[in-house]
Amino acid sequence: MSMLQVSVYRYNPETDSAPYMQEFQVDTQGRDLMVLNVLEIIKQQDSSMAYRRSCREGVCGSDGMNMNGTNGLACVTALSDVVKNDKLVLRPLPGLPVIRDLVVDMGIFYKQYERIQPYLQNDENPPAIERLQSPEERDKLDGLYECILCACCSTSCPSFWWNPDKFVGPAGLLQAYRFLADSRDTATRERLSELEDPFSVFRCRGIMNCVAVCPKGLNPTRAIGKIRELLLANAT
Amino acid sequence: MVTNITNLGRSGLSDWLIQRVSAVVLALYAVFMVGYLLFHPDLDYATWHGLFSQTWMRIFSLLAFVSLAAHAWIGLWTVVTDYIKPTGIRFIVQIAIIIAIFIFLVWGVQVLWGA
Amino acid sequence: MSTMRSLTFDAITIGGGGSGLRAALELAKSGKKTAVISKVFPTRSHTVSAQGGITCAIASADPNDDWRWHMYDTVKGGDYITDQDAAEYMCSEGPKAVFELEHMGLPFSRFDNGRIYQRPFGGQSKDFGKGGQAARTCAAADRTGHALLHTLYQNNLKNNTVFLNEWYAVDLVKNANGDVVGCIALCIETGEVVHIKSKATVLATGGSGRIYSSTTNALINTGDGIGMALRAGLPVQDMEMWQFHPTGIHGAGVLVTEGCRGEGGYLINKDGERFMERYAPNAKDLAGRDVVARSMVMEILEGRGCGENGDHVLLKLDHLGEEVLGKRLPGIVELAKTFAHVDPVKEPIPVVPTCHYMMGGLATNVHGQVISRDGDGNDQIVNGLFACGEAACVSVHGANRLGGNSLLDLVVFGRAAGMFIESALNEGVDYLDAAQSDVDQALSRMNRWNESSGGESVPALRTELQETMQKSFGVFRQEDHMEEGVKKVAELRERIANAHLGDKSHAFNTARVEALELDNLLEVAEATAISALERKESRGAHSRYDYPDRDDVNWLKHSIYTPADKKLGKRDVNFQPKTVDTFEPKVRTY
Repeated sequence: MSMLQVSVYRYNPETDSAPYMQEFQVDTQGRDLMVLNVLEIIKQQDSSMAYRRSCREGVCGSDGMNMNGTNGLACVTALSDVVKNDKLVLRPLPGLPVIRDLVVDMGIFYKQYERIQPYLQNDENPPAIERLQSPEERDKLDGLYECILCACCSTSCPSFWWNPDKFVGPAGLLQAYRFLADSRDTATRERLSELEDPFSVFRCRGIMNCVAVCPKGLNPTRAIGKIRELLLANAT
Repeated sequence: MVTNITNLGRSGLSDWLIQRVSAVVLALYAVFMVGYLLFHPDLDYATWHGLFSQTWMRIFSLLAFVSLAAHAWIGLWTVVTDYIKPTGIRFIVQIAIIIAIFIFLVWGVQVLWGA
Repeated sequence: MSTMRSLTFDAITIGGGGSGLRAALELAKSGKKTAVISKVFPTRSHTVSAQGGITCAIASADPNDDWRWHMYDTVKGGDYITDQDAAEYMCSEGPKAVFELEHMGLPFSRFDNGRIYQRPFGGQSKDFGKGGQAARTCAAADRTGHALLHTLYQNNLKNNTVFLNEWYAVDLVKNANGDVVGCIALCIETGEVVHIKSKATVLATGGSGRIYSSTTNALINTGDGIGMALRAGLPVQDMEMWQFHPTGIHGAGVLVTEGCRGEGGYLINKDGERFMERYAPNAKDLAGRDVVARSMVMEILEGRGCGENGDHVLLKLDHLGEEVLGKRLPGIVELAKTFAHVDPVKEPIPVVPTCHYMMGGLATNVHGQVISRDGDGNDQIVNGLFACGEAACVSVHGANRLGGNSLLDLVVFGRAAGMFIESALNEGVDYLDAAQSDVDQALSRMNRWNESSGGESVPALRTELQETMQKSFGVFRQEDHMEEGVKKVAELRERIANAHLGDKSHAFNTARVEALELDNLLEVAEATAISALERKESRGAHSRYDYPDRDDVNWLKHSIYTPADKKLGKRDVNFQPKTVDTFEPKVRTY
């Protein structure tokens, strides 16, 4: 028997006046399970446990949560990566309202994503085939388009905690730059003018928690720096 | 775009630029002062007074004071908008900061050209 | 439930994956009030997991490429029960649909000349099988599904599609004439149950790989649309045809794209032998997926499997070099490290055939209209109901889907359904409203769960169902095992009908959703089991020890399963493409 002590944040708005931590003992049989597997075992013990999950391979971004203090995806985080002293503490992503247990209301996160107009804008008529783009131009999108909107980054960002309604946050800004960097997008000026206020981009203080937690290894801080460079080049 | 009226440059970009330029000025001023003190181990009032009666030093110092004022205002404005959410209190604190910075700036000018 | 709220739309798509979003986009662009009902936030749909690419003759890698060659491959790959009018439509309309995606912003990888990068995939040929291997799969590195799904979601945002995200469609609502006029949906966050009225309902609920215990499919792939349709009394087609993807990571089931072999990787057994050279001398590792999967199982059964238990083979990629792997297959490198604990730059990946795709589904025409059967066994359109994507069986995949054809299927037929619904709505459709009794009928299943006071638990029953399917309906099938499986599934139906939902709370109750999903898994499993038992031949992915040969005399047909009597009928395959000559059935070799 190799028992893992798992402490999980619980809150059901219909029955609980306040959230609390519940302890579970999980027999891992010595295997290096993913945290998601541990939650599945717990859900068999207690069907009322709520969490999101879908692809279970780190590409859909459903199961972002806080594991022993660090944000990440439960399905690609092995126990050996996070567990210390046979203890695992699972909490919802910080800074967003909790709907139930590990499920947070991501409304404001999505709203910030929508605000940057996350779609290609091109005012010219498209050709009969694809728009051409050189491999070098396409390379500029690498490290940007791969974002899975799991919110691990934005919910680890103190600036997003303080101003989630005004600061776009690392995830949204990474996508803002994804379209600014796309050689096929012609709305650069409009996009930039939406970002030059003191909050949307400039609330980034370079803390780099986003880079530390991104499960896809992306670098929002670098993208934010590039947006600042573009803003500067555009305005001087 | 997020609208705002109380920040200095009315734009995040100009705030950001002012913050960096003012930081450079302050850094230069600090390096100069530290260097000056190191090269004058036996500094007396006359030498110190002599330094500050030169016009270029007065202008350099004024530039540093203005930079400090701008830098402080942008920095504190950011802190205040991060941490003080009730609008009324935030506005009062901002006014207080502005007055304090203004007083320090006027005082600084008085010191430089007063004696 | 007279207080139940209702919402009214011109059209709804149930499912927010590739096909649902593509259909919704077409409708939203035309100004129709369109809603997407999705049980997960749309970019969490399983389309996101598609890796290798979207196969389409856009003539980029080869300027002389021809959609007719692609059509030939598709028909041959489907072992000749592909509907040729549908394959013709998909392959000829495909380029338009792919270019549209590019114009919407999909970040395809590129060739030096700036055109979309295309890689070789299994079952692809030039010149109707005579010109050697083709490279026809358009790719965005090995994250094509992710790029496609996000692009479609983004463009739906742009066009103001209404999203009912994290809403679960429970059952279809039919009026007194049998027309589908909407559905019952559950808002997962609040637990509110809402009657959604719509003139057109598109089932875009994807696959159901979770009927097996080992699958590449996401946990959400529970065949909800198929379940809803079967409960509404509609038949389903070719449900015995399940694709086992050759390269699922051993133990984890996670998909490793065929693009690995397209880029030059190959399979080896424990002796290090490239065994596909023996089974498919020409195409080798790029033979049809059914052929490769069977060859792998043969190797394992004959004692040449790898590992302690000899229960898998290896996918060798290290000879491609770090640069190619990093550029073309970065996602695979990541997945292999996470789930197989190997770095493919240095070591081969342990792989095993894993349930991947449901070729069967709701029979539709090329416009996505769902087809039922009248009393005499003739096709009959179901008013108001459409299906596209994996939930549908148009059928372009026949008995075995080619790699890269599922993403093309999604966008071509999602788009086609959208266009058809738009013009139908413009012409005006007017169906009888559902009566209260019709709504109550659609609510009965959920009410059963909500009123359950005891019985077996959902996870245990689900596991038992999955193990039954895994054991009896895998890569190779045989009569006695399947008979046992059918019996077992029938028994599970009784037990699930009396199972217990312990948690009856409202807010984000995932236990309730899982219970409702279990009903759907059961419906799909039973249709699969009975169809597999009754198709007495081997064709494409359906491979029987007791009937090892293809039987074109009796079974050059779609199977069609009717839920009312649980009987399997036959439906004619279309052999009448409009602009090319029919591809006559031939012996299928690679």
